[in-house]
Amino acid sequence: MDKVTLLLSLAFALFTIGLLGVIVRRNVLVMLMCMELMLNGVNLSLVTFAHQMGSTVGAVLVFLVFVVATAEIAIAIPIVLLLVRNKRTLDLAAYTELKG
Amino acid sequence: MAWLLANLDTLLLVLFAVCALIGAGLMLVLQQPMRVALALISTMVFLGGIYGLLGVHFIAAFQVLIYVGAVMVFMVYAIMLLDPRDPGVMRRYSGLLVPGVVVAALFLAALGYVAWQDAPVPPNAGGPTGFGLQQFAVAFLNEYWLHFELTSVLLVAAVVAAIAVIRVNRGERG
Repeated sequence: MDKVTLLLSLAFALFTIGLLGVIVRRNVLVMLMCMELMLNGVNLSLVTFAHQMGSTVGAVLVFLVFVVATAEIAIAIPIVLLLVRNKRTLDLAAYTELKG
Repeated sequence: MAWLLANLDTLLLVLFAVCALIGAGLMLVLQQPMRVALALISTMVFLGGIYGLLGVHFIAAFQVLIYVGAVMVFMVYAIMLLDPRDPGVMRRYSGLLVPGVVVAALFLAALGYVAWQDAPVPPNAGGPTGFGLQQFAVAFLNEYWLHFELTSVLLVAAVVAAIAVIRVNRGERG
């Protein structure tokens, strides 16, 4: 198993674990962290491809993903705090009325 | 000993990969949000180690500085702000546990199938693998300056939105 295969497998595994966490966990903050894990898996695959091709495009994209992840957290945490202030719980089952 | 030194890079890479995977797996089974956050931080640090081993040191530095230093510290503050006696923390999994596992396994199988069915990207024929900060900086500010500006606009929008969310909440309370 060469290096690229190993890193790609790790990236796929991280993304899948993050997806599984978003689906099965109840806690809103834990789901947010699992989304961060998915972003990390994508970043790892981008860095692996950039390393393999010797091009800077993947690295630029990783940098932009960093910024987008920061913006996402900056807006997601206030929303979570607001939800918790209303419902007094982090449990996602309390927010089913948001289904629309 | 000589063999160990010759393969040190590969051994460290495998070690970091296994540790990152263990941290990610712990995120699924731990109950307290703070422990999940610590598992995620360890995963991110090991990923930073992998980036360093691949020779992209600036991305490793950004991984630790931005992800661990900014995003996760913010997350840990949010966890500390919330009530630890929350009953929602006590129940770990939603009712979607079995379908979720099935979907994730199918998804992983599909990813692996696609990646190994299509021959992966042809290996770089003789060209330089890896690149330094200099090539990155030149490419970044020559070709991708517009994207850089757009992300700064996105950050401003996020900050304004966060302030707006807080103001809406204040208006409701009084």
